[in-house]
This record gives sequence, structure tokens and C-alpha cells, in this order.
Amino acid sequence: MDKKVNVKVCLGTTCFVMGSANLQELIELVPKKYGDRVDVSGVPCLGLCSIDWEFSKAPYVKVNDDVVKEATVEKVLAAIESHLK
Amino acid sequence: MSMNTTPKQTSHLKREILVRLIKAYLSEDFAENTRLIPYAMRPKGSEVPYRCCIHKERAILRDRTVAGLGMSIEEADDSELLSTLAHKALEREIPEEDPLTVLTTACKGCVPSRIYVTDLCQGCVARPCVNTCKFGAISIQNGKSVIDPEKCKNCGMCVQVCPYHAITKIIVPCENACPVGAIAKGDDGHAKIDFEKCISCGKCVAACPFGAVHEKSQIIDILKNIKSGKKVIAMLAPATMGQLPCTPAQLKEAILELGFKDVYEVAQGADVTTKTEAKEFEERLEAGAEFMTTSCCAGYNELVEKHIPEMKPYRSTTKTPLYYTAEIVKKDYPDAVTVFFSPCNAKRKEAMQNPNVNFVLNYEELGAWFIALGIQVGECKESEFKTQASAEGRNYAVTGGVAKAVQTMLPEHLPAYPVIINGLDKQSIKDLKKYAKNGVCELGNLIEVMACPGGCLGGNGTVNAYKQALKQLSGYVDKSEHLVDEN
Repeated sequence: MDKKVNVKVCLGTTCFVMGSANLQELIELVPKKYGDRVDVSGVPCLGLCSIDWEFSKAPYVKVNDDVVKEATVEKVLAAIESHLK
Repeated sequence: MSMNTTPKQTSHLKREILVRLIKAYLSEDFAENTRLIPYAMRPKGSEVPYRCCIHKERAILRDRTVAGLGMSIEEADDSELLSTLAHKALEREIPEEDPLTVLTTACKGCVPSRIYVTDLCQGCVARPCVNTCKFGAISIQNGKSVIDPEKCKNCGMCVQVCPYHAITKIIVPCENACPVGAIAKGDDGHAKIDFEKCISCGKCVAACPFGAVHEKSQIIDILKNIKSGKKVIAMLAPATMGQLPCTPAQLKEAILELGFKDVYEVAQGADVTTKTEAKEFEERLEAGAEFMTTSCCAGYNELVEKHIPEMKPYRSTTKTPLYYTAEIVKKDYPDAVTVFFSPCNAKRKEAMQNPNVNFVLNYEELGAWFIALGIQVGECKESEFKTQASAEGRNYAVTGGVAKAVQTMLPEHLPAYPVIINGLDKQSIKDLKKYAKNGVCELGNLIEVMACPGGCLGGNGTVNAYKQALKQLSGYVDKSEHLVDEN
């Protein structure tokens, strides 16, 4: 049985403005690349930005239970790869 | 074609500073908390992600904060504390005139534009580079081509003829992006904007990989007016819809939460522009005119004023959607302080020339404001606009949208043949000059000009990725009523 990876791209206001607007392409790109081994979706605020000054580390993406800070498409794809291993 | 699709660390930095600046303004001690921004972002012992040392990182963050305060980085005295500058920003009644400023210390890393022979040079026998150079700038030394910088005119002929692609042109991104040659690296190695030539299009802001070109923010001016209890009214450019993860009606509610008294769609003014411009087009064509250009893009208007004055007779005299919207707002609220929510830098210039428009806010600044206040736009309730704009007006933000709107208002016997200038660059400016000089455009009779590729959604002050923004905006347009001609 293959491992299944769950990816949540935070589309809350903070993450969106700080860069997750540009991560929306993952929602199209990931299924093409990994098929149903990886489940990806845009989700409302994960609540990670509200603590202290943590907005500056947005955008956040959750790959299973791991949090990717200052996420970029490349960082998220690398995280997915490491979870698929 | 660049359409604001690449996520950039420079945008992240600029937005972080804006959030901190707004938080500072809303805190007990604006001046002191502004002074601390570079230290808060790079505290003692923190990593040094970009520059040589923590001191340079802080110095550059300090300069970025100066732009956030709405001031010229070039003119700011380095010895003045950010707290002093914060006080000065508060005293200002109107924004500084030139809307852009260059952070020269960030700009040093970029080598001047020139032709360069790489290691790939094979020292071949044919030597097409030597033979093709009209200026005798290339010679062979130790078996390889060498360019004499004194003689080289940067024409690029050698680049084209080298069979090994061994010669390359080193580009300065801001110079390369500027369609009118208004920004250049001087002998001191710093980029400088010539405001006599600059059309405020903001392409250099988006192009610089060091984030060295800044818009002078008016965020402090706007916050100040809201705090003092003035009736501050928001006017949202059509491109605003689709910039944030919420519906337009939720966005209106979120903006009211920022302290604005009322929110208008500039698409409402676009409907006036459409009708007026269609009428003008009809009259011109009946009088025998060959073509007419649109007049809603501020970057294009400044281009005509500064570089193609011969185009003036062919440019529509109809006012911009912002003009008509501001007029309506001032009628509804004579004591209003008006703020235009803009996708681009060029509208800052237009606003300064219009007494009915007080300030301009772009979407990076708007987004930062929501972050600073912790407003989740997607969770706001829906608040409908009092006047509903048409589908055509709301579609002004997309390339081709203006011409399409005007077309729908024309009588059948006078069809328009649109020519779409989808972004100003050196080639499209050449084309426009040709149309103006010859008084004719072979491709059609209604020329729509947008300075940014993709239209306003591709503006330098946008937040959402182009494709997603277009999808969101189109969804809104599809749900809107069509414009009706009352005549």
C-alpha cells in the first residue's frame, strides 16, 4: 500500500497576501504530477500566523503534519517528495 | 511577457515592512516602533539571509521603511532616525510628487549593462565577431575574443553572429523593463530614474530582483485621515475584485472594518466612460477620423504626454473611470477624503492631477493592512454595493475589456475594429508612434492601450497570481448585468 500525502495550502488572508496566492498553482500541478498519491487543497486560515509576529513566516503549507514556513512551490514539492519516500 | 506570476522574496520583504509599519502606526508609540522595524526584522544574532552582514541588512530595511513612510530614499538624510522621519510623515498634508524612489544601496549588486564574452569562446578561425563589429571593438588576445569597452556601443551584433553563443548581453533588469529609457545605472553604479521621461508604469518595480525600486506609500496619510475622523471613502478599481480570497461583497465589508465610511466600485465610473467614449468614437468616425485610442490607462496617458504628443488628437478625450467615480463620490459626500484602490503605480500620478482623488492604495498595502488588523476577509459578512456596476465596466481590468465595452454601445452601422495593445514595450510604442505619425492604423480603428500585459490585473501593485485573479474576476463579471444604452 502506497503512502498517501495530504497537502493543505493555507488561503487565509495573511498567507494569501504573503505569497500563497502564488501557491494556488500547486492545486493544479500536484495531481498532474502525483495522481491520487497526494491529496492537495486550499484551506481557510490554519491559525499559524496569529501567534506573535509569525505572520512574517507566512505563507504556511501543511504537508501531513509538517508545517512548511515561508512556503514556495519548490519547498512544498520537496516536502511532498520526502513524505513519499 | 511577464505577468506578475513569479513569487518574489522582495515582495515578501516589502509587505512585511508595510504590516509592521501599520502596526506601529496603530500602536502607542508610532515613531519609536517605526525606528525599531529593522531591528525587529533582524534581531541580534539572527540569520543574515541576503546581504554581507546584519548591519547592511538593517540599513537596507531602514531604507525600505523610508519608502513605506512615503518619502524619497534618495533624499532622506541617512543620519536621521526612522522615528524622526515618522514624525515628518505625519506632518505632511499631501503626498510627495514623484511616486517612485530607488534604494541605491540595494542596487549596487547589479553590473552595468554591457556585452560580455564568456568562457565558451572557442577562439575560432572564422572570427565573425571581429568581422561584424562596426566599431572595431573586438580583438583576439591569447586566442580568445576580447571587447574593448571604450569602443563597444552595445549594439549586440557580435552576440547574434557567434556560432557558439559565446557572447552575451548582460542585462540590467530595470533598464530592460523600462519601455521609455527612463531608468539607467549611472557612472556611480546606481540606478536613477529620470522623472522627465518616466511614465510611472511600475515595470521597474516588478522587474528589479533586488527590490530596489519602491513606490512611495501613502498608507500613513490614509491611516492619519481615518484616525482624525474624516469621511474617508474607498474607490475600488475593477482589478481589486479577485485580488483577495473573498467575494467582492465580503471585501466591501472588510474595507468598512478598516475605518472607511463607504465603498464604491470604480466600475461604476467605467460605465460612464464606456458610454461617453462610444459616443465620442461615433462622432469621430462620422467626421472621417481613421482611428481613436482609449484613454483610461494612466501609464499610456503619461506616455502620450511625454513621448508621443502627436498622438493627442487621436486619443479619446473621455475621462477615466476613476475620474467619473470620484466625481460621483464628491457629489454624494462633498467633504469626502477619497482613496483609490489601485493595481498600479501609474494611477498615483493620475490621482495627483485630480483634486477629487486624495490618495492611492495598492493591493500590497491593502493586504498588509488586513494582516496588521487580523481581518480574515473570507470570514466577513457580505455587504452589497449600493450602485451595481455592469459586467462590461467590471471587465475593464482585463486586456481587451475596454474595447469590448465600447463596442457593445455602438450602433450597427458603425462597427469598431479593435486593436489591442496588451502591454507597453519598446515595440508597441514604436507601433503607436507610427499610427500617430501616419494618422492611420492599418489594423483597425479602435486602439485599446493598456500599459501592463494582461491589463490592470497584471499591474505592479497586485497580489494575486494573474491566472487566479482572472478566474475570480471573470466569475464576478459573469454574474453581473449587461450595460444598457438608455438612448
